Amino acid sequence: MAAPETCVPAILEIADDCLILGHRLSEWCGHAPILEEELALANMGLDLLGQASALYAHAGKLEGKGRSEDDFAFLRREREYRNCLLVERRNGDFAHTMLRQLYFAAFMQPFWRTVAATSSDETLRGIAAKAEKEMAYHLRHSGEWVIRMGDGSDESAARMADAVIELHRYTGELFMASPARAAAIADGLLPDPDTLRAEWDETVATVFNAAKLELPEIRVMQKGGRDGNHGEDMGHLLAELQFMQRAYPGHTW
Amino acid sequence: MYSQGLIGADSSTTESEEFLATFQARIDREEKIEPNDPMPEGYRRTLVRQIGQHAHSEIVGMLPEGNWITRAPSLRRKIALLAKVQDEGGHGLYLYSAAETLGVSREQMTEELLSGKAKYSSIFNYPTPTWADIGAIGWLVDGAAIMNQIPLCRCSFGPYARAMIRVCKEESFHQRQGYEIMMTLARGSEEQKQMAQDALDRWWWPSLMMFGPSDTDSTNSDQSMKWKIKRFSNDELRQKFITATVPQAEYLGLTVPDPDLKWNEETKLYDHGEIDWAEFKAVVSGNGQMNRDRIRDRNKAWDDGAWVREAALAHAKKRADNQHIAREAAE
Repeated sequence: MAAPETCVPAILEIADDCLILGHRLSEWCGHAPILEEELALANMGLDLLGQASALYAHAGKLEGKGRSEDDFAFLRREREYRNCLLVERRNGDFAHTMLRQLYFAAFMQPFWRTVAATSSDETLRGIAAKAEKEMAYHLRHSGEWVIRMGDGSDESAARMADAVIELHRYTGELFMASPARAAAIADGLLPDPDTLRAEWDETVATVFNAAKLELPEIRVMQKGGRDGNHGEDMGHLLAELQFMQRAYPGHTW
Repeated sequence: MYSQGLIGADSSTTESEEFLATFQARIDREEKIEPNDPMPEGYRRTLVRQIGQHAHSEIVGMLPEGNWITRAPSLRRKIALLAKVQDEGGHGLYLYSAAETLGVSREQMTEELLSGKAKYSSIFNYPTPTWADIGAIGWLVDGAAIMNQIPLCRCSFGPYARAMIRVCKEESFHQRQGYEIMMTLARGSEEQKQMAQDALDRWWWPSLMMFGPSDTDSTNSDQSMKWKIKRFSNDELRQKFITATVPQAEYLGLTVPDPDLKWNEETKLYDHGEIDWAEFKAVVSGNGQMNRDRIRDRNKAWDDGAWVREAALAHAKKRADNQHIAREAAE
């Protein structure tokens, strides 16, 4: 089992991905285009928040300094959050939200499958086994919508194409290993994300083919989240997320 | 979450006396009326209106609580609140489906909500400025809804009664959750206690209004009772709610904002102060603080989503056409 200094930052990266994307999905609540999608978006948000909660709790235990899941989720500074940029991108329209979900789920489903099968950490294997099933649903659901919108009306096809141009440049970061991640990989805690790239490419290509969408050529992939260099939307997200904890320090809710 | 008091449907009906007597006999035998059974037009109309209002209340009700999902104070609370609001959406879905069995479409009902023609529970026209409002809504608003919905599980119309069984289970969970939020606040800091008291002060009277006008002013109640759509009068349910809730407030150490509230040893019920019916009427008729915002938000979600719904239809048509072409080619 790897040393806490190695595992904790690597686990927090994933937990932050789940928290921030779960938060973004929860922003849709009450504003979705169809009642069925109210339920589906909330479902996916709940899965991700549940995964974040389990990962933070585990990180706190490994760290051994008494930090709770809420300490991690609500009481860090912006630069200390290590989520990738993709998940913090604002919701935009339904095309942007579903494409972001597809990109993330197409990575996380094989990621969790691999963690469940190979991680040296038993708790992580347990979290992964549940999360893999959840991400398989996210992948199916978002993939179906990307196909519907890509091969739907002229307007929806144009919106999907815009979303691809906007979001594809944030996908490269999914496959990069930060120093924390590299150490966790070396310790057998987490898989190397680069080994998951072929499957991700294939999944996205299959969906895009059915959706009649073209893969864009992106010369420069955006990155920075894993170093705590977030976009400007992140601070506003955190201002909302942390509001109660910051306004009433030390209270129990 | 929904409570009676709005319905106001025209229950007048023109069937023959013999038809009505046969129908009434089924009701009196406590038989469930199912969608394809013969039923008086007034019965159908009353139910379409009531179930529609109930469904709209669930959907509009997502907004005031949704207001706190992104600001919930802990991960546990955030998850519980999102799940709760999702449940409300689910209730909306069953209820629209139950109403559809009576020959009205979800689109029609949605249009009536968006145009302001259909009513929804007035309680959702009050704002939720603090976190304690999430506790107060769960405790009081869901509590009041349960008082109304438990008897609806025995409503004479089968699909509505069956939908209510599941809805009530979820609502009572929400109510306990809301009370637990209040309890945490009441046992917290002075500031948290004040937040809880302030929420009770703002939600108490609107919650009592959820049961609708006093029996002396309530129209159409008699016919609904006779058809066993409704089992208790507005005042009876309101009284039950007060009796159940006052001790809960006392346990929290909070003060119910009614100086006239007093236990009556004779009736074994609480006597309470006069409800401000002018406020009730103002909010029902569209002049509450949040009426315009709620309808504007619903309209915005619907309008912004129009292209998504059109895309889904266009895609479904393309698939059906392609299958058709493939079939023809195969033959």
